[in-house]
Order: sequence, then C-alpha cells, then structure tokens
Amino acid sequence: MRTKTWLVGWTLAMAVLILAPGCGQGSKSKPYLIGGIFSITGPQSYLGEPERHSMEMVAEEINAKGGLNGHPLKLVIYDDEGDVTKARLDAEKLLQKDRALAIIGPSLTPTSMTVLEITQKAKVPLISCAAAASITSPAQERAWVFKTAQTDQMAVSRIYQYCQKQGIARVAILTMSTGFGVAGQEQLLSQAARYGIEVLAQEVFGEKDTDMSPQLTKIRGTAAQAVICWGTGPAPALVARNLKQLGLTLPLIQSHGAASKKFIELAGEGAEGVIMPAGKLAIYQQLPDSDPQKAVCQEYAEKYRARFKAPESSFGGYAYDAQRMLDQALEKAGRDQAKIREALEGTKNFAGVSGVFNMSPEDHNGLAAAAFVMVKIEKGQFTLID
Amino acid sequence: MPILAPLLQYFISGLTNGAIYALIALGFGIIFNTTTIINFAQGEFVMLGAMCAISIYHLAPSLPLAFLGGVIIVSLVGLAFERLALRPVVAASPLTLIIITVGAGVFLKGVAMLLWGKESYTLPPFSGEAPLHLGTATILPQNLWVLGLTLVLVLALEAFFRLTLMGKAMRACAYNLRAARLVGIAASRMVQLSFALSALLGAGAGILIAPLTLGVYDMGTMLGLKGFAAAIIGGLGSLLGGVLGGLLLGLAESFTSGLISSGYRDAVAFLLLLVVLFLRPRGLLGGRQ
Amino acid sequence: MNFARPWNRWVLFALVALAIAAGLDNEYYFTLLNFIGIHTLLVVGLNLLLGYAGQISLGHAAFFGLGAYTSGILTATCGVSPWLALPAGLVLSGSAAFLIGVPALKLRGYYLAMATLGFGIIVSIILNQAQPLTGGPSGLSGIPPLNLAGFPLNTARRLYPLIWLAVGVILALSANLVDSRAGRALRALHDSEAAAASLGVDTARLKLKIFIWSALYASLAGSLYAHSLNFIAPASFGFMFSIKLVAMVVVGGMASIWGSLLGAGVLTVLPEVLTAFHDFEMVIFGAILMVVMIFLPRGLVRGLLDLREFRRYKRKESYIP
Repeated sequence: MRTKTWLVGWTLAMAVLILAPGCGQGSKSKPYLIGGIFSITGPQSYLGEPERHSMEMVAEEINAKGGLNGHPLKLVIYDDEGDVTKARLDAEKLLQKDRALAIIGPSLTPTSMTVLEITQKAKVPLISCAAAASITSPAQERAWVFKTAQTDQMAVSRIYQYCQKQGIARVAILTMSTGFGVAGQEQLLSQAARYGIEVLAQEVFGEKDTDMSPQLTKIRGTAAQAVICWGTGPAPALVARNLKQLGLTLPLIQSHGAASKKFIELAGEGAEGVIMPAGKLAIYQQLPDSDPQKAVCQEYAEKYRARFKAPESSFGGYAYDAQRMLDQALEKAGRDQAKIREALEGTKNFAGVSGVFNMSPEDHNGLAAAAFVMVKIEKGQFTLID
Repeated sequence: MPILAPLLQYFISGLTNGAIYALIALGFGIIFNTTTIINFAQGEFVMLGAMCAISIYHLAPSLPLAFLGGVIIVSLVGLAFERLALRPVVAASPLTLIIITVGAGVFLKGVAMLLWGKESYTLPPFSGEAPLHLGTATILPQNLWVLGLTLVLVLALEAFFRLTLMGKAMRACAYNLRAARLVGIAASRMVQLSFALSALLGAGAGILIAPLTLGVYDMGTMLGLKGFAAAIIGGLGSLLGGVLGGLLLGLAESFTSGLISSGYRDAVAFLLLLVVLFLRPRGLLGGRQ
Repeated sequence: MNFARPWNRWVLFALVALAIAAGLDNEYYFTLLNFIGIHTLLVVGLNLLLGYAGQISLGHAAFFGLGAYTSGILTATCGVSPWLALPAGLVLSGSAAFLIGVPALKLRGYYLAMATLGFGIIVSIILNQAQPLTGGPSGLSGIPPLNLAGFPLNTARRLYPLIWLAVGVILALSANLVDSRAGRALRALHDSEAAAASLGVDTARLKLKIFIWSALYASLAGSLYAHSLNFIAPASFGFMFSIKLVAMVVVGGMASIWGSLLGAGVLTVLPEVLTAFHDFEMVIFGAILMVVMIFLPRGLVRGLLDLREFRRYKRKESYIP
C-alpha cells in the first residue's frame, strides 16, 4: 500500500514541479527571446555576474528605444554555477522550453563545450564568452558557434612578441589548473619555439590555492628571465604577492585574465610592475581618439559604472559585444535563425570592447592579436606600454 | 649552497602553512575532546572570523578591534550552533551528527556568500609587509604571528586541559558523559564552552591568515578539510598531536610541491589521511579510540 | 490490485514510466528525467549504506566519477564499445571500494566517512590533474552515445527508457536485498552492532558488501551520465556533489528505497524550478541537511507523515519502512 502512495505521490509531485513552470509558454509571442547562460554563482562568478549585467544593460537600452524592428528584446538568463551538468540543462531549457532565438554564453570553456553540442544539433546560434580556441574550431564543426572573448592563442602571441622585443629568451610558466589555465599552458608551450623562447619550468597552482611560494622558489632556482602566470580570480594576485614577498626580482607577466582593477587591489604592493596583455577597455583613456574602440570602451565603462555601481570588467565586455553584435544581426535577419547565423558570420569592422571583430566562415571569433595591448601596472594603474 | 637554498624556503613555507592547519586542527580537537563529535563546520568558523574582521576593519580601521570583534562574533555563532543545531537533536547517532555539522558548514558558507558576495577581500598584515630574511629564504612577519600564536595557544590549551579543573571536566565529558554528570559536572555547560572555544580558535586562525590568503566566502572548505586531516594524522584526542599533524602536513605539501609536482599538492593531505587511517588509525600521538 | 504484492508495484512503476514517455514531447523534460534517474541510482546505493548499514560515504561522487571517466576514456580515446567500457568501470569502482572498505570497515565509528572523504578528494584531484588521460579541467569530450544494435541513443528521449529500466532494475534489486535475510541482518546491524554480532551476523563483511554495491550503482550511474552528456568535466565529481547526494538521501528518507527516488527527484528538480533563488541554493541545502537530521531523522517526507500520524494516533515505534 505504501509503495503505491509513494509512486503516485511522486509522479504527481514531479508532474507539478516539472510542468507547472512550463505552462503558458507561448513561442509565438512578439518579443525576440534571447537566452543567456552564465556562471553567476560558483567560483567563477566574477565572470558571470558582469556578463549578465552587461547583457541586461544592452537589452534595457534597446527596449527603451523601442526594440529591434519594433520587437522588444526579452532575455532569459540562467545560472550554470560553473557546472557542466547545469549548463547542459540550462541549454536544453532555453532551446526546448523557452525557444530562444539565440544564446549568449556560457562563461567558461567546459560549460561552453557541452552547450555547443546541443546548440549545433539544434541549429541555434551560440555566442560564447569563453576563451579556448577549440570553441570555434574546427570551423566545419562549429558553424553555429561564435565567440567574443579573445583567444588564448592571441594573448600568448602578444606576450611572446613583447618578450622578443625585451630580449627575454628564457621563461618559467606558472599556470592555473582550470580550463583557462590549461589552455594557456598549451599555447605557451606550443608557441614558444616560434618566438625563440625556451620554457625552463612548468609549474601549476590550484584555483583556490593561497600560497605559491614553493613553485616560485623552484622557479627561482632556474635561469628563467621572466615568470609568466596564467590564471583568473584571486590566485594570480597571490602569485604576484608571493613573488614580491620572496624577494624575486624577475618580471612577472600575467595573462589577460588578470586585467582588472580587482587584481591590482588584491595584489597590493605585488602589483607594481606587473605586465599583461589586456583588451583596450583596461586603458581606454590612454588611447588616441582615432582608435575605433575608444568610444565604445568609454561608453561601456561609464554606463556600466553608473548602472551597477561597480567597476567595469573586460569579462562583462564579452557579453556586451555579443549582445550588440546579435542585435545587429537580429535587425538584419529577424527571427530566421539561419539568417541570424549568416548575419553574425558576416560581421565586419565591428568595434567592440574586446576588439574589432571581423568574422568569416573560417573564423568565428573575428579577432586578431591586435585586439590586445600590452599594459603595465604603475602606481596602481594600468599604463599602456605597447 | 645552491641545492639547499630552495629546501630552506620549502621548509619555511611548509612550517607557516602547517601552523595554519595546526590552528584549525586544534579547533577540531577541542570539540572532539569534550563531545567526541567531529565538527565539519570548523572550517567555516575560520572563514567567518576572517570575513567579520574584514568587515569590521572596513568600518573602523583598527586591527585589534577587528580581531576582537571577529573572534567574539564567531564565538557567539559557535554557541548558537551548539544550542540550535546540536542540542535539539532527536536521535543523536554519530551519523546524524556528522550530517548535521556538514550541513551546518554548507549553510554557513551559503550565508557568507549572501552577506559578502563572491569577492575576495584583503586585510592588512599585523606588523607590516616587509619580509625577513633567513639566509636565502624569506619569511613574512605575519607568518611569525601565526607560528607564534599557534605555539602559545597549544601550550595554553594543553595546560588548560591537563591542569585546570574546568579542562579536566571537559575531558571527562568526552570519556563518559553520564559518568561526568554523575560526579556533578554540568555537562551541557562544558559542551557549550568547548564550542565557544573552538569557534574562537577558528576565528582567530582565520583573522591571522586573512592578510596572507585573502578572505573569501569559500576559503573555509578546503582549510577545514585539511585541518581535519591534520587532526586525524596527529591523533584526534591529542592537541599536541593536532599541531604536529598540521605542521607535518604543511611540510609535506610544500616539499611535494617543490620537489615532485605542484599539481598534486592538495592530494597530499588526503593521501596522508588515508595512510594514517589504514596503518595507525589513532594517529601519531592519539591515545584513545 | 494488491500493492502489497511486490511485482504489482513494479508493474505500476513501469506503467508510470511508459505513460510519461508517451505523454511528453519535450527534450528538456526527458533530459531532466534522465538526470533524476541517474541521481536515483546514486542515491539508492548511498541510502543502502547510510540507512541500512549506518555508515556514511562523504566521497561518493568519486565512484560516480570513476564510472564516468572509465566509460569516457575507454570509448572516446580508445574506441572501445560502451557496452564493454561500462563493466570495466564497475570493476574499477568495485575494486576501489573493496580496497578502501576492508581496512576502514574493520574499525568502528567514523572511519569510513573519513576514508571516503579523503578518497573522494584524491580522485577529483587526479581527474583534474591527469590531463593526458582525462582531459584535465576542460573535460573530456567526444564521448560516443550508447548504441543498441545500430540504433544510437543520442537523444534524451531515446536514453530515457534505458536509464529508467536501469533504475527499475536497481530499485528491485535493492528492495530484494532489503527484504532478504541479508537485509534483515542489515536492519539489525543498524539498530545495534553489538546485538547483531551476538546473533552471529558478520557485521564487517555485510558492511563491506553494501559499500561495494553502493559503489557499483554509482559507477553505473557515472557511465550512463557520460553517454548522455557526451562530455564530462572533473568539476561535476567533487566534494560538493557528494554532499548533495547525502542531502538527497536525507530528504527522501534514510532506509527507504522509494524514498531515494523521491529525494533524487525533488533535489534535482528544485534548483531548476527555483531559478530565482540560485544564490540561496547553498543555504537551502545546508538548512535541509540540518533541519531534517535534527528533527526528522527518518527523512523529510517520512518525518512529516510521522508527525501527522503522531497527532492522530499513538506513535508506532516502527523502524521498518
């Protein structure tokens, strides 16, 4: 008797829980429904939150002006918590339940990899905000996937170019054990020979690690002329601190993941003299007025600060660029997803916060190494050096 | 001596990290000594201490005030935890209690995330940032604070538990609660005290390390788990054992990272835990089961 | 229909499952149901361990991960058939459980909890670090779908019958175990180890057996998971997921086979429904664990039903579900 009660009760409960939110979902409603999947909570929330905010900010502006082609934009944004399973569920939800026209996000590489599997199958455009090159390549298998974040490949090229100019030929690399860090490590190792650089040490650290002095001590024992650190979040700032505390005088080069005011705040005195590639958002005031990105960056920074009372971040910029690019495509293509894809692929000379985008069938990222500038932290501020 | 130079630094880094684990292990040990409960929320006491101190410091930039405030608030949290989450338990099997403390840890972490967000925060070091040099190695003043305080606390606690009446009463409760009551020990009072003390210790540890490691809502999880491993390695019943376990753990991590592989550093704590559990379950200095 | 007779329950279960399959049209719902099924597999094993053997595993996600990665690596990297990779995962998880269980279960008290805690974290670190083998933190992609004689199970809808068949079989197996002689011995064990030992029950061996079974269920769940998502990443197999599993057991009711289904169902669907409360998820999970264990140690639903019963009738001291 009990079992029957259990089963019936369970079925009813499940039915209610699952179906109830789905009731009343029409797919023929007027607004353009755009989905978003970001890591809003969880360890990478410093990526997801600004991304979500930026997307919302753009949508609000568009809707205030009357929408696109007369249709308002409706955003449905889910939090994947940095978890692959959740990201997959969120993507299914957006495709099946909400019938999103296109999806922006996710914030991370692993979550992007799982989401793109189903958006490709469903032929829905996806604009990812994650860094790995494998998100948009090989191009034949990623026809429906785009990304706005600069690729780690370009960041590494930029760094090695800078090293060449400075006469640095022997480096030690210290990378984080996350998708971002591992991708960076792969690029650093594979591109070294091309620039005549020798990698003398390869150390790693964890996302939540708080003391990297053993690794730095090991690096100190090598003949490395510079340390290249690749990570995001608080740990790279601690690397900068540890370096200073250990009395190491080697120049520290960070990845573009550290190009935020938060890094300077957390690294304290260790931030002085640190060099990194950054999107132009970090130093837009120092750009010449003729730079096509200056106006965009300024607008984004000022609006974001005013609206959310928080500093702007280049991560948010990825979503900002994605949404604006998508808006442009929607204006041209309307609801036709195949046309939206085409329009996205044909984006040319699009001045965004992350760079100037030139998409093509072979390149769904549309950025080149020039999207990065080299900056140095001097007296607690980012200064353009290259 | 170029070969020895990094070794000295590994040693020092290991000791300083080990002292942090030792402080946390002490927290585990105190509650275990009085109640035979393992408080899996101990790591969150550490985190709360750091975060409260940081908030207080932002309001009133005085380190002593921040320290005191953080420690007092978290001690109260510890008392509240005992009163609300453990006292009313209907069926107090060890299993139930483990799940409750694990749940409490998750709960406190969730509350911290709501209160402080996911950002990291800094706290200024107690006596400056200028590193001190010991030969080719460096040590920070803050590390000395951690080491020094750990030593002081261990001695004080050992003296407390062995020599004072109250300390002995607390230990009696762990041996046999009923018997302790029979001889007139106010068992519930002792249990309360142990939680307050443990929370105080955890909070103090958190405030000490925040200048080194930054304060963030999820800093407690790994620290708690490693502190727990340290307590087991050293022997749960012995406070000195907990400290030894902590220092050993710190050193093992540091040398593994420097000499073998930096990627598997976190695994060292748990590998040692498994080794101890399987070969000598009572730990290095643990006397009782 | 007399539902006291065991096989009638299973007919009902099958009917409900089929009705759902016929009635729903939406990939998303099937994906959700598949995850519920996978989580149920995990929870039943843990429930047996917790509820009947009175032991806790704080690292159960590790067995889940071992199953998932064995299936993933063998099929994606080595081209082995998924149907061979799955048993390989079972062997690996079972062996690991044996190696940990033998020393840990000889001792009384928390030792299995601590050992599984350590084991769980070590496994998740290895999954993250052993890049050449596991793909590292970016995960392992390109895991092929399961294939039934040339018919690929590459959509959630197609996987649904397989997963829920597995769930049904496992639930039946577990119910059988509970009702059998060994099962009764298990319940005796939970009440008092000393009494059980004095009656001649080999407690250590029984506990080990259950622990290994729970690991096998988890491994099965892992393999199914890998073939549903076609992509796995180490972050899904960490400490927090182990805790979530414990929460599912707690909600459903310890020592309740069908409660496992409930617990898995509720805690898989709830975060999806309460999307506005994402920030509160941790607080809610923690609160559930605490509140249920403090006041309703027999599980959320059972506890609430008990309260109702208690108010109406004299309280029956029945420990058996």
